[in-house]
Amino acid sequence: MKTLQFEVIVIGAGGAGLMAGLYASKTAKTAIISKLYPTRSHTGTAQGGIGAALGNEEEDHPEWHTFDSVKGSDYLGDQDAIEFMCNEAIPAIYELEHMGLPFDRTKDGKISQRPFGGHTNNLTGKPVRRACHAADRTGHMILQTLYQQCLKNNVTFYDEFQVIDLIMVGGKAAGVVAIELATGELHVFHAKAVIIATGGHGRIWEITSNAYAFTGDGPAIIMRHGLPLEDMEFFQFHPTGIYKLGILITEGVRGEGGILINGKGERFMEKYAPRVKDLASRDVISRAIYMEIREGRGVNGQNYVYLDVRPDQVNKYAALDGRKNLDGSPVNVTGEQILAKLPDIVDFCRVYLGVDPVTQPMPIQPTAHYAMGGIPTNKYGEAIADEKNTVVPGLYAAGECACVSVHGANRLGTNSLLDLVVFGKHAGLRAAEYAKGADYQLLPNNPAGFAQAQFDRIRQADGKENAFDIGRTMKKVMFDDMGIFRSGKGMQNALNVVRELKERYQHVSVTDKGSIFNMEVMNVWELGNLLDLAEITTVSALARTESRGGHSREDYPDRDDQNWLRHTMAYVDGKGRIDLKYKPVVVTKFEPKVRTY
Amino acid sequence: MEVTIKIFRYYPEKDKKPSYKTYKLEAAETDRVLDLLEKVKGYQDGTLSFRRSCAHGICGSDAMRINGFNRLACKTLVRDTGTKITVEPILGLRVIKDLIVDMDPFFDNFRSVKPWLINDDPEPEKERYQSPEQRALFDDTTKCILCACCTTSCPSYWASEKYVGPQAIVAAHRFIFDSRDKAASERLEILNDVWGVYRCHTVYNCTMACPREIQITKAIGEVKMALTTGKLE
Repeated sequence: MKTLQFEVIVIGAGGAGLMAGLYASKTAKTAIISKLYPTRSHTGTAQGGIGAALGNEEEDHPEWHTFDSVKGSDYLGDQDAIEFMCNEAIPAIYELEHMGLPFDRTKDGKISQRPFGGHTNNLTGKPVRRACHAADRTGHMILQTLYQQCLKNNVTFYDEFQVIDLIMVGGKAAGVVAIELATGELHVFHAKAVIIATGGHGRIWEITSNAYAFTGDGPAIIMRHGLPLEDMEFFQFHPTGIYKLGILITEGVRGEGGILINGKGERFMEKYAPRVKDLASRDVISRAIYMEIREGRGVNGQNYVYLDVRPDQVNKYAALDGRKNLDGSPVNVTGEQILAKLPDIVDFCRVYLGVDPVTQPMPIQPTAHYAMGGIPTNKYGEAIADEKNTVVPGLYAAGECACVSVHGANRLGTNSLLDLVVFGKHAGLRAAEYAKGADYQLLPNNPAGFAQAQFDRIRQADGKENAFDIGRTMKKVMFDDMGIFRSGKGMQNALNVVRELKERYQHVSVTDKGSIFNMEVMNVWELGNLLDLAEITTVSALARTESRGGHSREDYPDRDDQNWLRHTMAYVDGKGRIDLKYKPVVVTKFEPKVRTY
Repeated sequence: MEVTIKIFRYYPEKDKKPSYKTYKLEAAETDRVLDLLEKVKGYQDGTLSFRRSCAHGICGSDAMRINGFNRLACKTLVRDTGTKITVEPILGLRVIKDLIVDMDPFFDNFRSVKPWLINDDPEPEKERYQSPEQRALFDDTTKCILCACCTTSCPSYWASEKYVGPQAIVAAHRFIFDSRDKAASERLEILNDVWGVYRCHTVYNCTMACPREIQITKAIGEVKMALTTGKLE
């Protein structure tokens, strides 16, 4: 076992981790540890854009962005943090541009912006061009650009090191334990400050846009130390995943004029969101698709509807909606323009569906996409230990694994990339500042003991159970009973199944007993994380007897601000019991109102 | 349908040399080769090791030789391969275990061309302006996902890993033709090296292999042209 020392350790090398590492390394000795090569991180798959009220194409204001995000969150987002993020958005975009990010450009050379769901002109209620984009690979460009900057600035990386445990001493973070995948050797990284940026956990669900790597490692690790997870019941289902595969089809398709069509050939969103229609918030659209399918209006009676971006359809509905180009001319897009703006989407559809979106509609269904909940933090990325917002000294979190909360019960598209950049930066700055004023703590006798014990248990289990089967059963029940629509009965069933699976998990077999790239043991360990998070998600959801944003209950169909305008804080004790506590939502400028689009 | 998948296997802690093992399994036409590898690992042999993450052709983890061609396993469907599939690690990099190769030399070559924006002018308050036409000059090479399909399909790279390889030239191109970058000559000088751009003999393997459909040979040609003429348009 090796012991290494860094003032700041960042776990994860996606957008948030790279931004945190870039900023922390300016003043503190920093290393970024990642289970993937940095450019493999899931930030790279984000497509449509990053939100900021630059006003490059039409009038826009950070205040509008703030209100839209508060409303999008179904009023569960903390308004001070949202306002902070939306104000920081503008300098953050310029910073990315200065770093070299190749944004698409307007005719006069500025950063190009497109409309996105839930982003509106607050005076007219109509969609506003706020999403700064680079074709439909904006996340790819952000990830590459941040990695390039890290190389330029000689940031230290430990690539393909899987963090297994956090070392806490006297309630303060003191380092992490990681396994080097290439050798199987455990390493102790002794640190003054630890930033968790491990991403989401969408692999709990059967149909998901999320990478295999999205197994919630950071949240799972910290909950084993008795630290809380916030608002885990809120998970976003993106309306447009490729049928059966779940691969994301960006909201940018609808930003470019694409529309949703049911099996009867009807544009159905005007029933559910009369003002912004196909550009309503994601939770609203996912529910609408689900209702259409349930009422027998899926395509060919199947569980999907069409997303249609064929030029004649785009032009027809633009005329019907009275949408015009910025210069007032009628919308008249061509197939070439669609291809130029959405090249990856066209490619995905051709490869996976054998469908050409320029000439055929795309079969889509909602797909598990984004964790609104996670490790509670304040707006500086400092991790929070309790309902009183007590800071955990030396511990930080940023990006999808964190819950600031700027997304509340439902995140607006383009706000996740923004979240990474803004809170990644501030977590990095704060961690470095903290590290400068702190000493290394004395490590406990056997700092890697708990990590080692977890691996020993996996390697030595009696082997009656198959991990692949357990994973599949979990994903199915979570998609069926903990998906877009939920009920007390269904969620209880999901909880029962997940608990049974957790029991069976103790008896999973592994055939690979080696040390070098033992991906089998790693995958079993990751499955354990998913099961733990599936349980805490379901327990948090069962308790919340209302419908809000991504948490939609058929037995409690209304939002209940009287009782539930509050954040869930879920704790696990040493015996695995889950305890739920609550903390108030920060409301500053916007009193909760009925939410319609 | 039943498919037969023959996989290159090497377990470094036991095997003296690599071998091939064949597995049979049920598959649909729309299954990805990656799905088949997952099923083999899940039900037939847990020791099978490979890298993967996003599973839809964006993260670049799962480059491998599929029926003799460099492909991403997540972007290659049974529909394309037929029912007899051979899967091997990409060539030219040391095999560590099964389909996992040592990517360090590849990333070293990437870093050697200074793949980051260099511009020491004072930053403007807002964005630097760039016209859509200027932006289009390097659009294609911004798509690169560093999967190594191109470099490890190149006979010049097989001949010597000192050759910087098509990926590094693509990475350099992305900055050389960016109107905001000030270090084109520096990068061109790096690629003017004996192990630089002139090792490319326009075999086009790289272009054929690229899962992002980047016109790599064209990009390399533009770099050669810039070296010859000193012009960046």
